[in-house]
Amino acid sequence: MDWLFFAEISLAGLATGGLYALIALGFVIVYKATRVINFAIGEIMMIAAYFFLTFAGGMQLSPWIALPLAVLGGTLLGGIVERTMIRPMLGESPISVVMVTIGLASILVGLAEIFWTADPQLLPEFLPRDPVFLGEIYLAPKIAYGFLIGATVLVLYLLYFRFSRGGVALRATASDQAAAYSMGINVRRVFNLAWVFGSLAASLAGILVAAAGGLSPQSGVIGLSVLVIVIVGGLDSILGALIAGLFVGWLETVAGAYFGGEYRMLATFAVLAVILVVRPYGLFGTHEIERL
Amino acid sequence: MRIGDAKQSYLADEALWTSTTQQVWFGLFLLALFVFPFLATPYLLYLACLVGIAVISATGLNILTGYTGLISLGQAGFMGVGGYTVAWLSLHTDLSLPPALLAGGLLSAAIGVLVGLPSLRVKGLYLAIATLAASVFLHFVFMEWTPVTGGTKGLSLRPAHIFGIPLHNDFRMYFVIMPLAVVMLLGARNLFRTRVGRAFIAIRDRDISAEVLGIPLLKYKLMSFGLSSFYAGIAGGLFAYFFRVVTPESFPLSMSIFYLAAIIVGGMGSILGGVLGAVFMTLVPELLKLLTTVVTPFYPEAPVIMSPLRGVVFGALIVAFLIFEPHGLAEIWRRIRRFFHLWPFRT
Repeated sequence: MDWLFFAEISLAGLATGGLYALIALGFVIVYKATRVINFAIGEIMMIAAYFFLTFAGGMQLSPWIALPLAVLGGTLLGGIVERTMIRPMLGESPISVVMVTIGLASILVGLAEIFWTADPQLLPEFLPRDPVFLGEIYLAPKIAYGFLIGATVLVLYLLYFRFSRGGVALRATASDQAAAYSMGINVRRVFNLAWVFGSLAASLAGILVAAAGGLSPQSGVIGLSVLVIVIVGGLDSILGALIAGLFVGWLETVAGAYFGGEYRMLATFAVLAVILVVRPYGLFGTHEIERL
Repeated sequence: MRIGDAKQSYLADEALWTSTTQQVWFGLFLLALFVFPFLATPYLLYLACLVGIAVISATGLNILTGYTGLISLGQAGFMGVGGYTVAWLSLHTDLSLPPALLAGGLLSAAIGVLVGLPSLRVKGLYLAIATLAASVFLHFVFMEWTPVTGGTKGLSLRPAHIFGIPLHNDFRMYFVIMPLAVVMLLGARNLFRTRVGRAFIAIRDRDISAEVLGIPLLKYKLMSFGLSSFYAGIAGGLFAYFFRVVTPESFPLSMSIFYLAAIIVGGMGSILGGVLGAVFMTLVPELLKLLTTVVTPFYPEAPVIMSPLRGVVFGALIVAFLIFEPHGLAEIWRRIRRFFHLWPFRT
């Protein structure tokens, strides 16, 4: 067993996991506030990354202007989706709402192919390129800086939810919708806010992931890994999303490195199956008691 | 105009046919199905076979999702089990179509029961994800178990035969697929007149209440999984015989989503809905193709955006139906019928 190799792989995996955690956070925010499972999160990431490609590559803007613009674009997309597709579905069965997001995913993939063709593309370089060493351990710069940006945003998010007015409103809505409503919280705005924040996290993560691994209309399948993460961590637990994100990122990378790429999905879904059997509500999720 | 719908016995209430008119129309429909292949072009015949397969599989999913309320994203995986079983049997044995197809259906049902096991503990979306996991595992098995499944290259089948008659073209396959589809539809329709089917519906409406009423949840949920997978396995087996090749990519995740979409667009919890949805969703891409050939002279770019446009239309249909017509095509169909029943009065 080569420990250095293992450490390098593990570290790369954890860094990827950090990005996963950011995406999972975007997912959990939407779920906590609105009880909607967002199957289209991978596709929102993909669209945001294409926005970045257009701004930075096509329009030759500086990456540091293009990045906020693209994130803004993805965020707006999330807000619009909530207003036009999710809000009319309020009160419908969860299956229906999930299917709406699946339909949305299909629409977004199709649109991406129409506007940006189906060919894989590379994002313009915007992260520093010098290799990063932690002691002896080498880490690919794209992954390392992606992780740094992702982690910073993650911390900002957590602070926001803990201390700001909007964050408190969001948490109040999550814990009891009716009570929040009667306390004067504008629940509809909170729903919109949740989608906006969720899409913001997803957009940023989408650009960082695409910067490291390239971009194609099919990039949205990463959403499946995220689905596993949030189920493992517990759908309504932010802490769970963070821990499960790191863990699944690590597991995927290690399984991919030691057994080959085809085992990546298998490893994550094996974890999922075990979790579903042992703790169906996830590691940190709320165990809901059903009453008649 | 028809007035009232007064039934005087439970038997009449449960009856498959409520009027002679219905029986006559159904008879005419069967006749049309029988005559169709003699008049149709090869392309239409090919489409009809595809529709038949889709109808069987969508009905299976409807039993599970529409009637029992268990969402499944594994339908394509179950179809794959049926398809691969049939393909393997065709290559290694000399079985004729019925036993091979039955074997495919039964194996698929067994796997379905296995996948359904977590359904007592997890429900709703967690169950959907569990079935998604199952389909990922199945896909992995199709890819990696090379000695049996042929790996990424898949398996090529010899033409099926039934009672010594080889089924080597679409015309002959049609006479296997269509009758089978009709029989399986009638089977599903009848299922919901029986104790088992009613138990499924009770579980869908509220599983805890159903348990209180004395319905053993695990048994009936597993039964629903088994039945649904059996339908999927039969559909998969026909799929394999029809295309005479199965690869892991024949049964992608998008296919599971396709069937979910079909029953949503058609109308969940309605046999007619499953049929309408399957027909509609199979034909929409073909309509788009037709549209492309019409538009191309004026807009030469059309073929390029054709394939992505399919995805957009597919997604837009799902979203639009869920928002504007949650009960699907079956409801539209019912409204049209009502209009004629009540004519000259309006609703």
